[in-house]
Amino acid sequence: MTGGGARRAESMSYREAMREAMREALAADERVFLMGEDVGRYGGAFGVSLGLVEEFGPERVRDTPLSESGFVGAGIGAAIAGLRPIVEIMTVNFSLLALDQILNNAATLLHMSGGQVAVPLVIRMTTGAGRQLAAQHSHSLEAFYAHIPGIRVLAPATVADARWMLAPALADPDPVIVFEHGSLYNGTDNTADDPGPVDLDSAAVRRPGTDVSLVTYGGSLGKALAAAEQLAAQDQVDAEVVDLRSLRPLDDATVIGSVRRTHRAVIVDEGWRSGGLSAEVAARITEQAFYDLDAPVERACGAEVPVPYAAQLEQAALPQVPDIVAAALRAVG
Amino acid sequence: MPALGADMTEGTLLEWLVHPGDQVHKGDIVAVVDTAKAAIEVECFESGVVERLLVEPAETVPVGTPLAVINPVNAVTQRPAPPAPAEPTAARAPAPTPLVRRLAEERGVDLSSVHGTGPGGRITRADVPAAPQPEPEAEAASPQGRAVTAPPVAAAPAVPPPARTTGRVRSTPMARRLAAESGVDLAGVRGTGTDGAIRVADVRAVLTGSETAPAARTAPTVEVPPTPDRHAETADRSEAMRRAIGDLMTRSKREIPHYYLSTTIDLGPAVAWLREQNRGLPVSERLVPAALLLKAVARAAREVPQLNGFFADGRFVPAPEVHLGVAVSLRGSGLVAPAIHHAADLSPAELMARLRDLVARARSGRLRGSETTDPTITVTSLGDQGVEAVFGVIHPPQVALVGLGKVVDRPWAVDGLLGVRPVVTATLSADHRASDGATGARYLMVLERLLRTPEEL
Amino acid sequence: MSPRRTAAAPTAARGRTRARSRSGPAAQAAHRRDLLREMVRIRQFEERCVELYSSGEVRGFVHLCIGEEAVSAGVLGALGPEDAVVSTYREHGHALARGIPAESVFAEMLGRVTGCSRGRGGSMHLFDVSRRFYGGHGIVAGGLPVAAGLALADRIRGQEQVTCCLFGDGALAEGEFHETANLAALWDLPLLLACENNLYAMGTALNREHAQTDLVARAASYGLVAWEVDGMDVLAVERAVARAARAIRDGTGPVFLELRTYRFRAHSMYDPDRYRDKAEVERWKERDPIQVLSTRMRAEDGLDDKALAAVEKEVSEELATALDHARQGGTEPVEDLLRFVYSPAGGSS
Repeated sequence: MTGGGARRAESMSYREAMREAMREALAADERVFLMGEDVGRYGGAFGVSLGLVEEFGPERVRDTPLSESGFVGAGIGAAIAGLRPIVEIMTVNFSLLALDQILNNAATLLHMSGGQVAVPLVIRMTTGAGRQLAAQHSHSLEAFYAHIPGIRVLAPATVADARWMLAPALADPDPVIVFEHGSLYNGTDNTADDPGPVDLDSAAVRRPGTDVSLVTYGGSLGKALAAAEQLAAQDQVDAEVVDLRSLRPLDDATVIGSVRRTHRAVIVDEGWRSGGLSAEVAARITEQAFYDLDAPVERACGAEVPVPYAAQLEQAALPQVPDIVAAALRAVG
Repeated sequence: MPALGADMTEGTLLEWLVHPGDQVHKGDIVAVVDTAKAAIEVECFESGVVERLLVEPAETVPVGTPLAVINPVNAVTQRPAPPAPAEPTAARAPAPTPLVRRLAEERGVDLSSVHGTGPGGRITRADVPAAPQPEPEAEAASPQGRAVTAPPVAAAPAVPPPARTTGRVRSTPMARRLAAESGVDLAGVRGTGTDGAIRVADVRAVLTGSETAPAARTAPTVEVPPTPDRHAETADRSEAMRRAIGDLMTRSKREIPHYYLSTTIDLGPAVAWLREQNRGLPVSERLVPAALLLKAVARAAREVPQLNGFFADGRFVPAPEVHLGVAVSLRGSGLVAPAIHHAADLSPAELMARLRDLVARARSGRLRGSETTDPTITVTSLGDQGVEAVFGVIHPPQVALVGLGKVVDRPWAVDGLLGVRPVVTATLSADHRASDGATGARYLMVLERLLRTPEEL
Repeated sequence: MSPRRTAAAPTAARGRTRARSRSGPAAQAAHRRDLLREMVRIRQFEERCVELYSSGEVRGFVHLCIGEEAVSAGVLGALGPEDAVVSTYREHGHALARGIPAESVFAEMLGRVTGCSRGRGGSMHLFDVSRRFYGGHGIVAGGLPVAAGLALADRIRGQEQVTCCLFGDGALAEGEFHETANLAALWDLPLLLACENNLYAMGTALNREHAQTDLVARAASYGLVAWEVDGMDVLAVERAVARAARAIRDGTGPVFLELRTYRFRAHSMYDPDRYRDKAEVERWKERDPIQVLSTRMRAEDGLDDKALAAVEKEVSEELATALDHARQGGTEPVEDLLRFVYSPAGGSS
């Protein structure tokens, strides 16, 4: 918030919400700084940080060379030294260049040092397909990170979460990775008034229903909600939509509670099916709600292919509303 | 044998670079050892004279095995000796091999008492004395056998429980759970899921009667055996049972046009007969009135077959046998009505034993599958709760339920004279689709007749 | 006598204080004796490690720095307590010279909860945040970006501190070195890059790994001030680091030092040494850093065998006591396995 006036609900885009969250953090805490490729003068590869360098200066909105490992590691070191860096990585595909730093240092130092070295670092990165960016800018590798103990993984799927998740992420004493699905940036919504402390542990039921649980996160939330509407209108199937919000830790209670009510689950995940988040969620459902299941757990996932450029191929590689509807109908029978 | 790598568990001595009598100093290379990865020179950590070499070249030994004995007689080191690998262990018989240990365990032999004849006193296989095999364990007492109150006749079930078929039926976990809770045999349920899998809706359809189990023998009763290993969720289960009872009874009341009859029966002759029978018997073997009552209920059901069987596919199907369901209230809450098979053919004493066994097992959750699914007619008795008459709800797809009240002393007119007699109020709830009031009345008359002549039961 | 011999006044406390008081010849002689003692201490510590490893008391990978003691004693001796240190997996000497008590390092290697990383790190991951010693990194070059971040924080906050990152010659083949060198020069970070060049990346000789073996030239190409130092001469190392640290504090930017040294033992505990000549090892042993210094001290400070033996005896006793104490340390209960995955205040799981 800039003017210091009363906070009010206002319509803004996901991009603006994230920017507003960063502006608020930079203004509130001088330990906070933003660093990443083209976050300054360029305004961010996806325009998220547009205007921030003018407001806070190049020391606190710091352009970096194309050195993912270098500047993520520098973020780790600065966090250890007491600052609160927000490191932006352009896409999750690029983050693999920094995976050594994220896994071997950020997630590990606290434990390996016997509790001495905490790393209060926030890493933001874009994820996901849908914009014809082809196979090196489009993947959903959230599962790679959700696999790692020692970090927290968030997937804000709504404008409100984009606006309000950053502050608690920065307050977390341990590393937090925030995944922003590239297709969400232009979506607008009313952000609620400051909701107070935002809980980073819980999934959210975005649409209550009785017949089948559609469990999803990030960029697939909109598709799941659309599928639920279609199921209600065309098939008289009342679907519940669960937004995971946090990919690590996973909120078992909300997911299992939903499945206990509906007895059927469809997991919608843009990531690849094999060994992915959808597999993890399905495993937990069968572990914890087996005797409440009245149908095999269904999945609608990204096709097992590097995301292609051509529009029709790319769309075919992603879980779409008809896929989700079909999976739900298989579950409901 | 020193540990020469993180993954090293054993090593092969390749070559000795020193000999007995040689003077060695701390840090000298004394041997070459082959690990799985490479030949590595081994240094020693002691100064002194090599007394003895314990391991021959080409020999493979585990890490930690002493390789040589160094006599530190001339040692000049000042610090305390580290736990050196070259330190010999105290002279002691080698540990018995795993094979010997296993043999000893099998034969119940204490190895510390065995004299080893192998190298260095090692106990060999031949040293382990052949011990008699332990007695085979005495045949495990059956639960019934352990029950103090149960006579020996009840020690084994007359009929082994038939193998359940539900395990091989394609069904969803939730369908299986509901079926178990409500006593539906999945073998008789038509599945509408993928590849014919039974889903919970299919089980509910059976329970609500919109779909009827085709097999006449799939008689649901309200039953949840809480298996001992399922310790969790007691509250959940009792809630689930409550729900299942509710579902079943709702269905019964919704679908079955009940009619109710009642009569009060003089138990004077029966009680007199029992007193006579029980004379001289130990308390545990004495017959109680309930045994006679159950026998009479079962016999009456055989004589009035229109009340013994199932209503299925829109018509009544009589059952060839009388499997008497007995309502048993569980501790806490809940209700089950498992069957005493062939009840009409059992003597009152056998019936009583069966009843005790059944109640005990129902309350400890050890009912057999067939007991929960087979009743052809059910009796409920609330006499011990002080109730004089009970008008019960029929367990579908059965068509009749007999209610027994408390045996009470009442003024009773016999042959124009007033006397005090023990009496019981027997009721019948019956399905009007399967029978009419006249049939029901006949049943109660037969029951009364049977109880007047207990010696025939 | 230097105060660093006692736990009450840790090594790191000397730093620049000592530099100022090193003017007179007597003070210089005393300082040389401190350095000698530190190197002997590191050498004996490593020799104890060989014994502990061979007997199975210590397991895992254990990388010894025997032969490289001048780097440990010289680099760490020239830093101040406010400076930060990021090290490698061959870091026993660095940790000891930084002032982490030998008992605490022994305990760590024995897996005891009294170890400097509570037994969760082991030989390769020694940490002591109270002494600004940030590990103990097992990934070659993985500590470099972290060190850049520590330096960045100082830069942002305008603090006059140096972050010293130690790494080996092998790290120059890793991208993270080059990313960090560029970042350090680009952002003018108060970072000292101390390359402990022992000529082998595990078993691969420098000239079999690098097309350009002139490491100083490569570092200079990033705009770093860089020079090479005789890593077997502790006084030369100390001088170079002191000069570099002063320059960094004065704001002349990051410095790269190539400390040319040699390890006398295997890469990790034992190896077949097939990758180098025994003659080469013997030649380098003639430049044993302890020998180099003691020779000079015999000539200039009147050091004799008796005095040297006294130092050795004193150190040996200290380490024996430290090891005894370390062995008495408890072990972390298995129930606490999942501790320190997240901070207690974080509430994540």
